Amino acid sequence: MVAATYQLKRADFIFKNDNDWKKILDKSLKKPSQELINELMSSELKGRGGAGFPTGLKWKLTAEYRSDKKYVICNADEGEPGTFKDREILSEVPYKVLTAMAVCAHVVGSQEGFIYLRGEYKFLAPELTKVIGEFEHYCKEAGLNFSVKIFLGSGAYICGEETALFESMEGKRGEPRNKPPYPTSFGYLGKATVVNNVETLAHAFTIFKYGAKKFYDLGVQYSRGSKLFSVSGDTPKPGIYELELGMSLQDFVAEFGDGDTKAVQVGGASGFLVPRKRFEKTTIGYRGKLTGISLPTGGSMMLFNSSRSMYNVLDNYLDFFREESCGQCTPCRVGCQQLHSGIKAVKRGEKPAQYLNKLLKLTETMQLTAKCGLGQSVANSFSSIVENFREEMIY
Amino acid sequence: MDPVQDLIKNLASQHGRNRTNLLPILQGVVEQEKYLSEHSMIEIARELDMPAADVYGTATFYSFLEYQKMGTYIIRVCKTITCSMKGKNQILLTIENMLKIGMGETTPDGKFSLLQTNCLGWCHKAPAMLINNEVYTELTPESVRDILTQYLKK
Repeated sequence: MVAATYQLKRADFIFKNDNDWKKILDKSLKKPSQELINELMSSELKGRGGAGFPTGLKWKLTAEYRSDKKYVICNADEGEPGTFKDREILSEVPYKVLTAMAVCAHVVGSQEGFIYLRGEYKFLAPELTKVIGEFEHYCKEAGLNFSVKIFLGSGAYICGEETALFESMEGKRGEPRNKPPYPTSFGYLGKATVVNNVETLAHAFTIFKYGAKKFYDLGVQYSRGSKLFSVSGDTPKPGIYELELGMSLQDFVAEFGDGDTKAVQVGGASGFLVPRKRFEKTTIGYRGKLTGISLPTGGSMMLFNSSRSMYNVLDNYLDFFREESCGQCTPCRVGCQQLHSGIKAVKRGEKPAQYLNKLLKLTETMQLTAKCGLGQSVANSFSSIVENFREEMIY
Repeated sequence: MDPVQDLIKNLASQHGRNRTNLLPILQGVVEQEKYLSEHSMIEIARELDMPAADVYGTATFYSFLEYQKMGTYIIRVCKTITCSMKGKNQILLTIENMLKIGMGETTPDGKFSLLQTNCLGWCHKAPAMLINNEVYTELTPESVRDILTQYLKK
């Protein structure tokens, strides 16, 4: 399928609630692990938090690893600027997420699950606790020994990084670990752990309900299925939309733009800024061999119209990264500070315009040497903004 | 026994005395005391039988675990990109004028503290803020004045 001819296609799975989770849970628990893993693998579901790791493979690796204890963790530390879909899933269809967690526990052989809920969403906790209570009660009736606890975060973006999340749950500073070892063998408390984003689990529910084919038939090659998009910024209709993957940014802007869209930030502050001239050639999905550029996203789509200064946008992102860098590795800690003060110095005329090239070089270093995704991905927004809107950085 | 010690003992009994229970205990103390004093951190360390330096290390990592005395109501205005584009500064100005405090300050009666925070996850309803755990969205100077008036009556 050629990206340029692809139209925007709406889907309605995630928030469609038939209240049939008990049936889906019963049906799935009767199936052997291997069958459920095969189902997920053939659906080609990839992690919806943004990183895009194949979900079936994650479950498979954890299932195959020998460990006296295993954990299933739902990552609800939704902190990427411009993302707000996980909150909506947890408040509208929490049973789908819990059901998928229980099926995962059955597949990998786990008795304990956690939902790592960001502190900013604490208001969700009372209702969610009630739902978990009912859910655990049903699991017991169904003969599955599985408990779920909510673990509240306390305002740290980095804890959405899976190994930082473990550290945080272990009562430590949320500092990412070196990988490998990966969570599938060495996760929470050093035990094999599956960490899935809220939306990934909700899609797993869809797959267990309708079968892999229904999901696989949506989207395009390498980017199968639907995805929730959090749309914000200069748009007449901000909100959460479920769309098939593989759309071109051109079609997206035609639907959601305000007629004056100058650029779109795909994937939040850690993603890429795409200027108008590239809308046509950019598709939204995972990286594959599609023609043109394919950009992954955790669902954050922020639109900017011509009244916005891209310098202000970058300044805002760098302020964010500078504060949210955990500080343990030098490339990220010092890099974020230098980038932030660097663009200010260029803007004020204290540094020549060529200094921007030095800063671009610095982001390359960060990409190569930072310990985790935070430091590595600062380069994405920095270079895509500076290269496309260089004059706005200077004047 | 002083009330903080009591509180920490209760929290430890409720959550457990393992390091994995440290964050819930810290959160419990902040909920009640509005901050983590040095005294609280030392008491938590004693209760969990771990080095006070480790408690301090963990506590100071998280932006919602305050270690300076805060007001009863902590106002956190989102400053990330969409809220910033949709008039965050006006919201801040309104709050500052109404409560007569600046960013990072607490009212003399100890009722309100004003802070900025990173993305709250309400970009489609920007600008947004938190007052303790309550979320307020699609703010305008008028609506902020109404909200604060309600809190002032409390």
